[in-house]
Amino acid sequence: MANHILEVRDLSTRFHIAEGTVYAVNGISFHLDHGETIAVVGESGCGKSVTMLSILRLLPIPPAEIVRGQALFLGRDLFDLSEREMENLRGRDIAMVFQDPMTSLNPVLTIGRQIGETLRIHMGLEKEVIRERTIKLLEQVGIPDPIQRLNDYPHQFSGGQRQRAMIAMALACQPSILIADEPTTALDVTIQAQIVELVQRLREQMNMAVIWITHDFGVVAEIAERVLVMYAGYIVESAPVDKVYENPRHPYTMALLAALPRVDRRRSARLRSIPGAPPNLLVEPTGCPFAVRCELVTERCRVEMPPLILHGPNHQAACWIDVSTGIPF
Amino acid sequence: MGRYIIKRLLQGIPLLFFISLILFLLMLNVGDPVATMGGRRVTRRADYERLRRQLGLDQPVYLQYAYWLLGNDWTKIDLDGDGVAETTGTRRGVLRGDLGISLLNRKPVIEVIGERLPNTLILMVASELVIVIGALLVGVFSALRQYSIMDNLITAILFIGYSMPIFFVALISMFIFAVLFKRWGLPYLPTVGMFDPQAGKTTAQVLWHMVLPVLSISIISFAAYSRYIRSTMLEVMGQDYIRTAKSKGLPRSEVVFIHALKNASLPIVTVIGLDLPLLLGGAVVTERIFAWPGMGRLFLDHVDRVDMPVIMGILMLVSLAVVVFQILTDIVYAWLDPRIRYEK
Ligand SMILES: Nc1ncnc2c1ncn2[C@@H]1O[C@H](COP(=O)(O)OP(=O)(O)O)[C@@H](O)[C@H]1O
Ligand SMILES: [Mg+2]
Repeated sequence: MANHILEVRDLSTRFHIAEGTVYAVNGISFHLDHGETIAVVGESGCGKSVTMLSILRLLPIPPAEIVRGQALFLGRDLFDLSEREMENLRGRDIAMVFQDPMTSLNPVLTIGRQIGETLRIHMGLEKEVIRERTIKLLEQVGIPDPIQRLNDYPHQFSGGQRQRAMIAMALACQPSILIADEPTTALDVTIQAQIVELVQRLREQMNMAVIWITHDFGVVAEIAERVLVMYAGYIVESAPVDKVYENPRHPYTMALLAALPRVDRRRSARLRSIPGAPPNLLVEPTGCPFAVRCELVTERCRVEMPPLILHGPNHQAACWIDVSTGIPF
Repeated sequence: MGRYIIKRLLQGIPLLFFISLILFLLMLNVGDPVATMGGRRVTRRADYERLRRQLGLDQPVYLQYAYWLLGNDWTKIDLDGDGVAETTGTRRGVLRGDLGISLLNRKPVIEVIGERLPNTLILMVASELVIVIGALLVGVFSALRQYSIMDNLITAILFIGYSMPIFFVALISMFIFAVLFKRWGLPYLPTVGMFDPQAGKTTAQVLWHMVLPVLSISIISFAAYSRYIRSTMLEVMGQDYIRTAKSKGLPRSEVVFIHALKNASLPIVTVIGLDLPLLLGGAVVTERIFAWPGMGRLFLDHVDRVDMPVIMGILMLVSLAVVVFQILTDIVYAWLDPRIRYEK
C-alpha cells in the first residue's frame, strides 16, 4: 500500500447530455506505484481519457459528473481538494500530455511562453531563469536550435516537434506522475517510435511514474510493466505485461492481441479485427459489456457483470469463463 | 508589414475613387438644391436658371464630377449666371483638399464638418468604450457561467435590449432619468444639447449631457457584442489548448483572460473594425433626439436641403474611415494571430 503513488477506487464518471446519460466510466479501481509505468489499453471510446481527465478534474461539470469514487494521490483524495489546491497540483505533481499536438497547444502564444508558464506558476522563478530552463527543456526533448525556437509559435513546429514541446511542458516541473494520453496516435509511424523512446529516457532520468494510454497493444511491451485493459468503462483485465502476452485471461484482451500485426504471421493471413463495435454507452450497463461480441458468451454473461477474478500475483480478469478451457469457473 | 500597409493604402485609392463616383451619381437624384435654395419660398423661374448656372448645375455630369474632384481653377465658370462663362473658377477639388462650399450657408465644407466632428467623436468614442468594455465583461461572465440563472437572466435582458429600437430607448431613458427622476426629487439627467448655456461648455457639463445619448447609442451594440463574445468565448473554452492550459495548473483567471480571450478576441476585432468607422457618420437618430450637434444631425439637416458638397464630404469621410479601419483591423489581427502574416 505504502508504495502506491496513485490509487483510484471505484471511480464512476457519467455525462448528462441531451440524448441521455453516457456511462463512460463504471466503477474502476487501479493503482500506480512510484516510478512504475502502466499501460491502459482499449479501443477508442472505452473511457481511457475520461478516466484520466476525471482524476485530474479536467472534465467540464456539467455535463460530466463524477458519481462516486476516490483518487488518492499520496493518500490524499483529489476529489476532496479545493480548486486552488488542485491547480497547485496539476502540472507540478501530475502532468498530462494529450493525444493531438495540433490542437493541444495555444496557437497564439509562443512555445517558450507556454513552457515557461508552468515554471512561473509552480516555481515562481525569475524571467531569466525560466528562459534558461525552457531552453534546456527544449534541448532535452530533442528540439534543435532551442534558443531560436523559443519565440516560435506552434504552427511553425512540425507535428512531432509539437508533441516534443508538449512533453517539455509537461515535464518542466519534474512531476511525479506523467499521464500520456495516446501521445503518438496523431503522429507518423517513424516519429511515434521516437516519442516512445523519448518518454522512456526521460522517465528513467526523472524517476517518474507513467500512465501510458494507447489503443495499440504493439507498444505496450516496450514501455509498461503492467497493463490495464479497458472496455466500455470497465477494467476487464489487469496484469503484469509478460502475463498479458503469455496468458491473457479475458476474451477482449485475447481479441486485441489477435488483432495485432505480427512478423511471424504469414503475410497473406488477414488481420483479425474484432467483429462488432464497442457498446452504446448511453444504455445503463447490465451484464458483461463484451458479451455481444464474445465467442465464449454464456447466459450468465448477459445478465451479471463478472467481478475481477484473481489469476495470479497482480493478475485479474473480469470473466465468468476460464478462457483456456472455455468452461465457466 | 510596412510594405503591406502601403500596398493596402494604395489599393484603397481606386476604391475610394469608385465610391465617390457612385455617390456622386446617386446624389444627383436626391433632389434639386435650387428648388427652394434653402429658403421656404419656391425659387422663381428666372432666378432658377441663373442659380443653376452659378452653381454649375447646368454643366454635364462628368464635368460637375471633374470640378468636384479636380477643382475648376483651370477653367472659366459662369459666376453671374448670365450664360457666359467669364470668371476663372476658385475651387481646388477634393484631390487638393477642397471639399467645396456648403450651398446652405456658403461656408467651406471642411469648416462645417470640422465644427461637428469633435462632438460626434467624443460621443462615439465614449459609446464604443462602453460597448466593448461592457460587452467583454458581460460576454465573458456569461460564457463562464453558461446556463446558470445569471446567464439566463442576462440573456433575457440583452434580448430585450437588442430588440428595442434606438428612438424608443432614447425616449424611455429620457422619461425615466429626466422626467421621473426630476419628479421624484432625484438628481436628473439633461436631455438636450451638449451643455447648459448658463453653466458654459465645461468638461463636467459635456460629460453629464453625454450620459443619455451614450446610453441609447450603446445599448443595441452592447447587447449584440455581448452575445457574440459569449458565443466565441464558449467555443474557445471548449478547445483542446484550454484543457492543456488547465492541465498545467494555470489559475482560472490566466486561462480565461490570456489563453482564451486572446483567441476569442480575433473574431471580435473584425466586428469592431467594421462598426467603428460607421460611427463617424454619427448616430442620426440619437443626435436628433438629444439635439446633439454632431455629424448625424449635420447630415440630416443638409440632406433635407440637398446640400450636395456637405453630404458628399460626410459620406467620403466615412468611406475613407472604412478603408483605413479595414487596414487597422488587419494590422491588429496580425498582431494577435501569429498564423497570419501579411507578406509582400
Ligand atoms: N464531453 C463529453 N460529453 C459526452 N460524452 C463524452 C464526453 N467526453 C467523452 N464522452 C464519451 O465517453 C466515452 C469515453 O470516451 P473516452 O474516454 O474519450 O474514450 P477513449 O478510451 O478513446 O479515450 C465515449 O463514449 C465518449 O463518447
Ligand atoms: Mg482518448
